[in-house]
This record gives sequence, C-alpha cells and structure tokens, in this order.
Amino acid sequence: MGDQEHEGRPDPESHAAGNDVARRVSGIDEKLGRAILTPLLALVLALAVGAVIIMVTDVDAWRLMGEDLGGALGEMLEGVWIAYRELFRGAFGSVRAISETLFTASPLILAGLAVAVGFRTGLFNIGARGQMFAGGLFALWVGLHVDLPALIHIPVALIAAIIGGGLWGGLAGFLKARFGAHEVITTIMLNFVAAFFVLYILKTSLFQEAGSNLPQSAPVLDSARLPPIFAQQYRVNISLIIAVLAVWFIHWLLFRSTIGFEFRAAGLSASASAYAGMNVSFLYTAVMFVSGGLAGLAGASMTLGLPPYTVTSNFPGTIGFDAIALALLGRSHPVGVLWAGLLFGALIAGGRTMQAAAGVSVDLVIVMQALIIIFIAAPALVRAVFRIRAAEAEPTQLTKGWGS
Amino acid sequence: MALELRGITKRFPTVVANDNVSLSVAPGEIVALLGENGAGKTTLMNVLFGLYSPDEGQVVIDGDHLELSNPSASIAAGVGMVHQHFMLVPVFTVAENVILGLEPVKGLSLIDRTKARRLVTDISDRYRLAVDPDALIEDLPVGVQQRVEIVKVLARDARYIVFDEPTAVLTPQEVEEFFEIVRGLKDDGKGVIFISHKLNEALEIADRIVVLRDGKAVGEVNPADTSKEQLAELMVGRPVLLTVEKSDAEPGDVVLSVENLVVLDDRAHRTVNGASFEVRSGEIVGIAGVQGNGQTELVESIVGMRPSLAGRVVIAGHDVTEHSPRQIHESGIAHVPEDRQESGLVLDFTVAENMVLDSYYDEPYSRGLRMDWATATEAAQRLVDEYDVKTTRVDVPVSTLSGGNQQKVIVAREFDRDVKLVIGSQPTRGVDVGSIEYIHARIVEQRDMGAAVLVISSELDEVMALADRILVIYQGRIVGEFDPKSVSSTEVGLAMLGSGEG
Repeated sequence: MGDQEHEGRPDPESHAAGNDVARRVSGIDEKLGRAILTPLLALVLALAVGAVIIMVTDVDAWRLMGEDLGGALGEMLEGVWIAYRELFRGAFGSVRAISETLFTASPLILAGLAVAVGFRTGLFNIGARGQMFAGGLFALWVGLHVDLPALIHIPVALIAAIIGGGLWGGLAGFLKARFGAHEVITTIMLNFVAAFFVLYILKTSLFQEAGSNLPQSAPVLDSARLPPIFAQQYRVNISLIIAVLAVWFIHWLLFRSTIGFEFRAAGLSASASAYAGMNVSFLYTAVMFVSGGLAGLAGASMTLGLPPYTVTSNFPGTIGFDAIALALLGRSHPVGVLWAGLLFGALIAGGRTMQAAAGVSVDLVIVMQALIIIFIAAPALVRAVFRIRAAEAEPTQLTKGWGS
Repeated sequence: MALELRGITKRFPTVVANDNVSLSVAPGEIVALLGENGAGKTTLMNVLFGLYSPDEGQVVIDGDHLELSNPSASIAAGVGMVHQHFMLVPVFTVAENVILGLEPVKGLSLIDRTKARRLVTDISDRYRLAVDPDALIEDLPVGVQQRVEIVKVLARDARYIVFDEPTAVLTPQEVEEFFEIVRGLKDDGKGVIFISHKLNEALEIADRIVVLRDGKAVGEVNPADTSKEQLAELMVGRPVLLTVEKSDAEPGDVVLSVENLVVLDDRAHRTVNGASFEVRSGEIVGIAGVQGNGQTELVESIVGMRPSLAGRVVIAGHDVTEHSPRQIHESGIAHVPEDRQESGLVLDFTVAENMVLDSYYDEPYSRGLRMDWATATEAAQRLVDEYDVKTTRVDVPVSTLSGGNQQKVIVAREFDRDVKLVIGSQPTRGVDVGSIEYIHARIVEQRDMGAAVLVISSELDEVMALADRILVIYQGRIVGEFDPKSVSSTEVGLAMLGSGEG
C-alpha cells in the first residue's frame, strides 16, 4: 500500500500476532516473503491432496486397476491434469473466466475484511452471515422502494447496507461491552435471527413480487442494480471497486487513523488499553459496527449485484463463513484478505468449470479451501513437509479472538 | 561427588545466551547464581534440565555424564527444581500434589493416599517444613505453597535442588523462614543452587557466589570476601549506586488526598477499608505492606480503574473519585502500574507505539482523525535517548526489550510531561540493578521538580531507601507512619504484620 509518506515510522503491520526472533533481524523483503510463503505452500499442499482425492475417486480408473495397473494410474493422472486445467481455465482462461473470478471474489473480500477488522480488535465475529442478511435486506428495501436516479440510488442503497449490517454487528458489540456477553455466542445466535427474519419478511408484501408465493423478492429497480464494470454480458460489477476501496479504507483505518490505533491496542491488550485511558467497551461496539458495515456491503453486493436481481432467502450463501477462513488466510491484514479473496474467488469460479468440463464435483473446491485453512493453521505441519527451518516461518498464532 | 556444568555454551539465532559457563555445587553446599535478567541464568538451568540442548559442554552428576535434551534424565539423576511460578494444582491437597506424577499405586489403579500422606508428613517433619498433607493448595499462603514445592522435590529423592528466584514472592518474614529451610537442606547434605538477582540474599545464604553477565561467568566470589558494591559492579559491569541519593524533602501543598476510601476487590471483599492519607508536593511517600493488604486495589481506585464504595480521592484540589482513567491521567498523574506487561505495555506494539499509548489521541500525535506517526516516532526516539532505553530501533516490538528497559519505556512515557503526582507501583519489580538505580534517580528527580510521589512496593528495602515518609498498610487501612531516617526495618516489618493494631 502507498504509505511511504515519511521514513522511520513504526511498522505496526509487521507484528499482527506474536513475535519471534527472526522478525527482529529480518529486512522488509524477508518479512513479506514469510507472510506469503506459508499460504503459498498451503495452496500447493492443498492442490496435492486434492489431486489424490481426484485420483482415488476416479471410479473408471479403479475398474481398470486389476487388468492394467499402469494404464489405471495413467488415467488417474490424466484425470487430475484435466481437472486442474479446467479449474485454471475457469478461473483465468478467458475474459469471462476472469470476470467470474472477480465477481465471486468481491463479496468474499468485503466479508473477509469484516472478520479481519474484528480479529484485529480481539473479537471473533462469527456473525458476518447475519450482518450480510441485515445489510443486504436494508439495501434491498432501498433498491425496491426508493425511486432515485442511479447516481444517487446506488450510494443511498449502499449506505443503507452499511447501516443495516453495522447495527446488527454493533448490537453484538454492545451486548459484549455492556453485559459481557461473548461475541462468539451472540453473533452465532444473531445469524439465526437474521436468517429467519429474512425468510419471513421476503414473503410479506414489503418485498414479495405481487402474486408470487415464494420467499423471493421482486426485481430490484434498474437504478439500484450495481452496474457491470466491463460490459453487460460479464457479471463483475462495481462491488469489486467497492471491495478494493474498502481494503484501502480499512488499511488506513487500522494503521493510520487514531481510532485504528485504539482498535489494535484493545485487540492486543485490553488491560493496557484501559490503563491508557481508552474506552474499551466503546471500542468493542465501534469495531463491531465497522465489521458489520463491511459485511453489510457484502450482503448488498449479493442483493443488488446478482442477476436476475430477484433475491432469495439464502442470499449470503456460505460467504459469511468463508469470511472467517479468508481473514485467517489473509492474516487479518487488509491486503492479505484481498489476495485471499481473489484466490477463493478463482477456486470457486474455476470449480464450476471444472465440474462442467472435467466431471469433478465442485465440492472438491470446498475441500481444498478447508485444506488450505488447515495447513495455514498448522504451520508446523507445512514446515515439516517442506523442511523449512522454524526461524524462517512466521508465528503460529493467527488470532486472539477466543477467550477475550 | 558434585553436580557440575562444564563449559556450557548455548547459542540462539541472535545471541549467545551461555558462553562457556562452568558451575559446580557439592553436597552440603549452597551456591548462589547471581545475574541480571537476561544474563543467562534461566538458559543455564534449562540446559541442566534438558529443556535446551547445549551447543557445547556437558553436565556431570556425581561423575556420570548426563544424557542431555531429556528432562526426566536430570530428575532421575537426583536434580530437583523449585520454580518461581509454582506448579501446583490449586484444588488438590498437598499430598495429592506431591504424588502427582509418582503416584504410589495400590492394587490396580487406586492411589495409596495413606502412603502419600505419610510421605509428606515424614519429609515435612524431617526438614521442619510444617506442611499439612490434607490442606488444599488454594487455602495456603504463598510461603507454604513454596514449601510444598520443596516437599515435591524431596519426595523425588533430589540430592541437588535448584531454586529459581525463590524470594520474589515472599514477605520479609517468609524469606527468613525460607532461609532456615535452605540451611536445613544444606545440613542434610543437599547441594543447593540459589538463583537470584538480589545481592543481600546471595550474601546472606550462599557459600559461594557465581556471577553471570551477558552469558559469561564473570566471577566467583566468597561472600566473606566481598561486598554488595563489588557484586553489583560484577553484575552490571560498572560501578553502581546502591543507595538512593537525595536531599531532604521540602513538602509543599497537598496534591493527593485519600479520604476514608473503601474499595472492593474482585471477590467483593473490602480490600481497602477506610484508608486515609495525604501526599504533598516535593515528598516521596512510600507505602509498605505485605502483599494482598489492599495496595493493588488502592492504586487501581486512585487512577480510576476500580470504582470505590465510599470515600474520596482528591487530586490537586479536584475531587476525582468519579472520574474516568483518562480524566485522572490528564489531571497530571504519571502512573507506573504494578504489572507492566499486563497493564503498562501492549507487548506486541512497537516501542514507539507504546511511547504514545496514553497521549496518542491529541496533538501532536493525532491530527484530526489520523495519527502522525512521523512525529510520534521522533518523540519516541527522543525519549529512548533521554531515558537510556536500550533498543536497536523504536520500531521493534517492545516485547523484545529486557524487563528493565520495558520499565524505562513506561517511565519515559509517564514522566515526559507536566507531572503533578507520580504513582509507582512496584516500580522496580523484576528490574535489573542498573535500571533500578536509574529509575530511582528519575523518581527523586520528579520529586525535586515539585511532584508529589507515591511509591508502593513489597520490597521494604526499596521503601526505606526511597521514601521521605513511610506509611504502613494493613488490612486495607493505614496503620502506621514512620520517618525512614529514625526507624529500623524491623519496626516497620512488625507494623506490616498488624502489631500496631490495638
């Protein structure tokens, strides 16, 4: 990020979690290298395990096994090659593929940022899903019922999304600050409340298309639909730009702003922050509002940006939970979350092509996503596989979210 | 017959923690291992216990080479350790704790409690430890818990016993009792290694003193032939001032006034129970007391971190009883908190970030919504230079600094503004001799510049040396006031035990 405004400033990003001897003696390049090394190796490992899964689930090749072992293995390897070729093609092989990757990544990045900003303040926000519901619903209401020119309509809808998600997240923060209710519990429960509320309200005349009986909204007004960036036939829309701006903004917020300093201080030591005169209770509420607002934007990108612009009752999909994985993968750093989101976007978009063209279930992508996270969470395992010396790898701890 | 560490060298990526260190202790001998924090004492002991494998050197016990990098080998060879932080299960009885790991088993898997109790009673009687095998650990005072640790070590037939900073958690009276026990162990033929950074104690208890500095054994002295000054110089590498040099106090107006303060602790006990006192500008008031008599809660309440039940706190004429920590901070308080790692610093933050931890929100460090890190870094660099904080740069995590330098970061941050009242809780706990000297000098300097100073310390020596006036706290009340120039530490020690109460 462009922050070379002055030299010799402290480098608050470099010690997201824990500390080790190696970091003290290392230069910037090494530091960056280590931050990327483990995720990269985790991806390689996940692809390797994925290949094994493709091979052992290749039923046709197994039938051949008794007669022609070499041929069977060859067929398995060919299956892996085709699957990964199609995965790559589906993610990057054409303008449409790239568009799909970016389109899928946009809400992932926003939701991942939401969880990451919580981690930075020591809060484990499991509620991105619920906040996506809340923000998406607020945006949808504006998109259905407010008649404005697009230039104003879209910003108003997005602000509504921030407010909706922010209130939902801020509620969990307030409950923690005021009554000490653990945010893990409250955010999970608020997910259910939001999901069933959306299911209910989509069937009311407030959102439902006249004459329909489905829990599905009427089409969003043209002026509130998030416009595509490239061309009408490609789905990637301005939520990508919103996501990138959000990355920049959260980076600024955490590392340049005064309240971001408080967020990070409270996340690393609530006690020292309180002694320093910070209002930790307020910070919990505030950061959950910010976190929820980001998730709300992710929700809006699903309600206002997804053709055919009619919204069904499970519009957040699995993004609310993928977000936790993204924040871990991105080490709670905004730029890390950006790359993690693009990676997951590519995997998901490529996975669809892989299923269609190579006949390998798209579920494999979910398995690989899970494997990546497991490898990230177990750096000792990755080190053992690749024989990296401990000093070169980064600290184990990813988050202080629990038990705070 | 002896426990010998021969030419131990242990290197870490950036530092040589032990550089060709040799140390031996014979049965019936007490050897003090003296050194500042970070001198390599802990590393050496971790080598002895097989937690680290040394790059060079060996451990020999009674002529047998010890297989290193295996903790159970040292224990089997007869070496025991009493850690600074006790390894006891609070909800278990003494006997249960003692047999953890060496359960005498009867029949299939029933623990033989009778035998366990007898084991504890035997050891306790033999060494006069006065430990009740049936008492629950959580009900026991710290000094007794430490004796349980000793029983544990003896129950494993240790012939060499290592004590890691054993007196850090003890009251002066408990220290005396502890020394008696150690002498008893010696008389029984045990070899004792006593790790400490306290000069007095090493001089009092040891037969031989080995001084460690920067990973090297820089001297071995006989306590009879040395002095505190000489030892301190060996430890620090330069002459050190051990007494606090200060002129007579010139008390001015009352700055801090505490009136009938009542404060509850976390378990809703009235830990501070009607404390009243005043601190004037230009004087240092020391509060002495056995730990747990309300000192912690008293300070927390004064600085706004803990609400009070009754009474008032007045600072410079303003009632601040209901004020927030920030408001109180802004009324001119410099506070060095009791637990610097928990409350004083954000350990994963850089030195610079910690330097502005309680002033970040205002000019010149904050400009509107954004932080001015250039100014903050500059200020941090200036404070690091001015307060002699030893760090390579200000953008390294403060956790990489030694305890003494971490404390100097706090002192620099707190003292570098217009200070009306200084509150120092255990200002030199766990701090090396060189830094103690420095921090004391800075506290006196604040006094001479007209600040009122309140020092709370569990080290009676520190209170005696630093204070112009000593108040004794007992069960949440101020029970005595002494002039340090005309009172003995015994008298103050008695008052700390509540003898003045009618």
